[in-house]
Amino acid sequence: MLEIKNLHAQVAGKEILKGVDLKVNAGEVHAIMGPNGSGKSTLAQVLAGRDVYEVTEGEVFYQGKDLLAMAPEDRAREGIFLAFQYPMEIPGVSNMYFLKAALNNIRKAQGQPELDAMDFLALVREKMKLLGIDEALMNRAVNEGFSGGEKKRNEIFQMAVLEPKLAILDETDSGLDIDALRVVADGVNALRNPARAIIVVTHYQRLLNYIVPDFVHVLYDGRLVKSGDKNLALELEEKGYGWLEVQPQTV
Amino acid sequence: MPEVKQAHEATETYFAEFARLERETSRQPEWLRLKRKSAMERFADLGFPTTRQEAWRFTNVAPLARITFKQADAKGAAREAFKPALLGDVAARLVFVDGQWNPKLSALASLPKGVLVSSLAAALESGDQGILEGHLACYAEDADHAFTALNTAFIRDGALIRIADGVVLEKPIHVIFIRTGGAQNTVTHPRTLIVTGREAQAMVMESHCGPAGETYFTNAVTEIVVGENASVEHVKLQEEGDQAFYIATVQAQQARASRFHSHSVSLGAALARNDINSVMAGEGAECTLNGLYQVAGTQHVDHHTRLDHAMPHCSSREYYRGILDGKSSGVFNGAIIVRKDAQKTDAIQSNKNLLLSEEAIINTKPELQILADDVRCTHGATIGQLDPDALFYLRARGIGLESARHLLTRAFANDVIARIHFAPARERLEARLLARLSAAWKPEEVL
Ligand SMILES: Nc1ncnc2c1ncn2[C@@H]1O[C@H](COP(=O)(O)OP(=O)(O)O)[C@@H](O)[C@H]1O
Ligand SMILES: [Mg+2]
Repeated sequence: MLEIKNLHAQVAGKEILKGVDLKVNAGEVHAIMGPNGSGKSTLAQVLAGRDVYEVTEGEVFYQGKDLLAMAPEDRAREGIFLAFQYPMEIPGVSNMYFLKAALNNIRKAQGQPELDAMDFLALVREKMKLLGIDEALMNRAVNEGFSGGEKKRNEIFQMAVLEPKLAILDETDSGLDIDALRVVADGVNALRNPARAIIVVTHYQRLLNYIVPDFVHVLYDGRLVKSGDKNLALELEEKGYGWLEVQPQTV
Repeated sequence: MPEVKQAHEATETYFAEFARLERETSRQPEWLRLKRKSAMERFADLGFPTTRQEAWRFTNVAPLARITFKQADAKGAAREAFKPALLGDVAARLVFVDGQWNPKLSALASLPKGVLVSSLAAALESGDQGILEGHLACYAEDADHAFTALNTAFIRDGALIRIADGVVLEKPIHVIFIRTGGAQNTVTHPRTLIVTGREAQAMVMESHCGPAGETYFTNAVTEIVVGENASVEHVKLQEEGDQAFYIATVQAQQARASRFHSHSVSLGAALARNDINSVMAGEGAECTLNGLYQVAGTQHVDHHTRLDHAMPHCSSREYYRGILDGKSSGVFNGAIIVRKDAQKTDAIQSNKNLLLSEEAIINTKPELQILADDVRCTHGATIGQLDPDALFYLRARGIGLESARHLLTRAFANDVIARIHFAPARERLEARLLARLSAAWKPEEVL
């Protein structure tokens, strides 16, 4: 589904990603872990098409297409979803309006009929229940005045409505208490199926107790230095990231 | 210097036209003739402002001063079929075509008791002279405003609205000033007077519109008297043609504990200048001045506002937003005066501007003059582009770039429009804005 080859990216003249290789197949859940500043968000944002990050080398294929040549909106329309580490606030645009525009843009691009207000509301209500989202939140401006936890929950709620093919969650667990974490994890697990792939970017092993990954990778100083199964996450939790420095290894 | 000569000739025309109007309006009362005459003298003294004057530094009216504008003639206009944009459910509608009241297009039936809505010309001939003499041309200051003087000199027609003590008008009054085709090189001086009594309540929407491609001049003055504990909401929608000059003053006079809400939405004209002033002349008065200007091409729009806190415990809220595209330019100058006795004044001013192109320009300036010591006055201005982070967020959710820009710009503007209390006016303005923004971008149908 996704193939990243020797990806280099820089921001403000500074190289952040220094040759990332990763292959993700449909049905798989990959966790990417790494210390602060190792380039996790940079990788996630590059995949979503953020232009402040400049790709200097390498290529990315998504469903056989050259992902880096696609506009951000086209990536979303082809089924990529990024849950932002820091979701933006959009004053003056209601969550409801925003989400309906997003969903119908994606549906239209995928040749599905657009949902009318009634059908959309029915869908949204179902997903709100799933994620314990208050209906009042839907009429508020996108993320405006939301607490950190509300923003994260809203990201997963959007994901549940948009039903992407490839979901990338950037530290969605950070700043959540355990109850909210469970709700978010349930939302993600509900989406797991053989046709979808999920990349979970996280700083903490905790989330992986709830979303059990098929693969765990460690991003360190712009490179994936180690890969393994879920036990690697436990090892990292125990030993910290420090020991990686001694035995760097290219995957 | 041919330019000076030209300007001189154009000014001379106003004197000639004034003399002609003197003959045509011989049935106007004597007090008004005197007011008009002294206003004409005032205009002769002042002449048109130049950019050397601080209040006109960024708004150059030299092109306007050079053109010889004749008084518009409404005689032929009545024959044409007009479809002015009307508000649905109104208490009354007053329509003026090229400066003159048009009874056929107006609707004055079934007004509640205590509400007078009339053409000013008709009222001057036969109406209650007490209200007129006591209020008309008593508030709008012409000492240093040549255009206000000019309007007063040429008072002929306009709207007169009088709401008696305690009368609450549930529906709005819509006043429409339309310029018609054939307006080339003509001028109108619409004059509106709104007087509300004690504990009265009214909403008035004033629309100014005209044809594209014609160089004409609209010089409007509106005076609003807000009675004790009364409440007036005034919405001005300016949609003049793209070659028009539009100069207008709104002057409110507020009594004790009154509420005045002004919304100025300025979309049209090649050059638009709005002076919006309120004197809070009674304790505990509240004033809100909101505004939205959206311009493109080579349009120029100027808002000069002046909040005069003359008494204690008055509060003012001012909230202006501008959207400038192309090579357009804008001015916002917000004066707040707090007089010596106006303790406990509470004034907040904000002006935010969105520049959609690199060539658009905005000059924004607060002008605070505070003579009392126990007051709260805050002000802030911002100039910026669309937030790239927000744009990316929308695109990352499948919303196209054009649609995302459209959506963010609309949200920025709606923040002002949402403050209009009266729903039909608000909805109409939202629709107008949407049409204009959709013409600038091509949002996908799914928005
Ligand atoms: N927009 C940006 N401008 C400048 N530096 C950036 C920007 N985004 C990220 N960086 C830098 O890139 C490095 C990697 O950041 P990031 O990808 O956010 O790491 P992580 O998500 O793993 O914590 C950090 O040193 C950070 O300071
Ligand atoms: Mg990060």
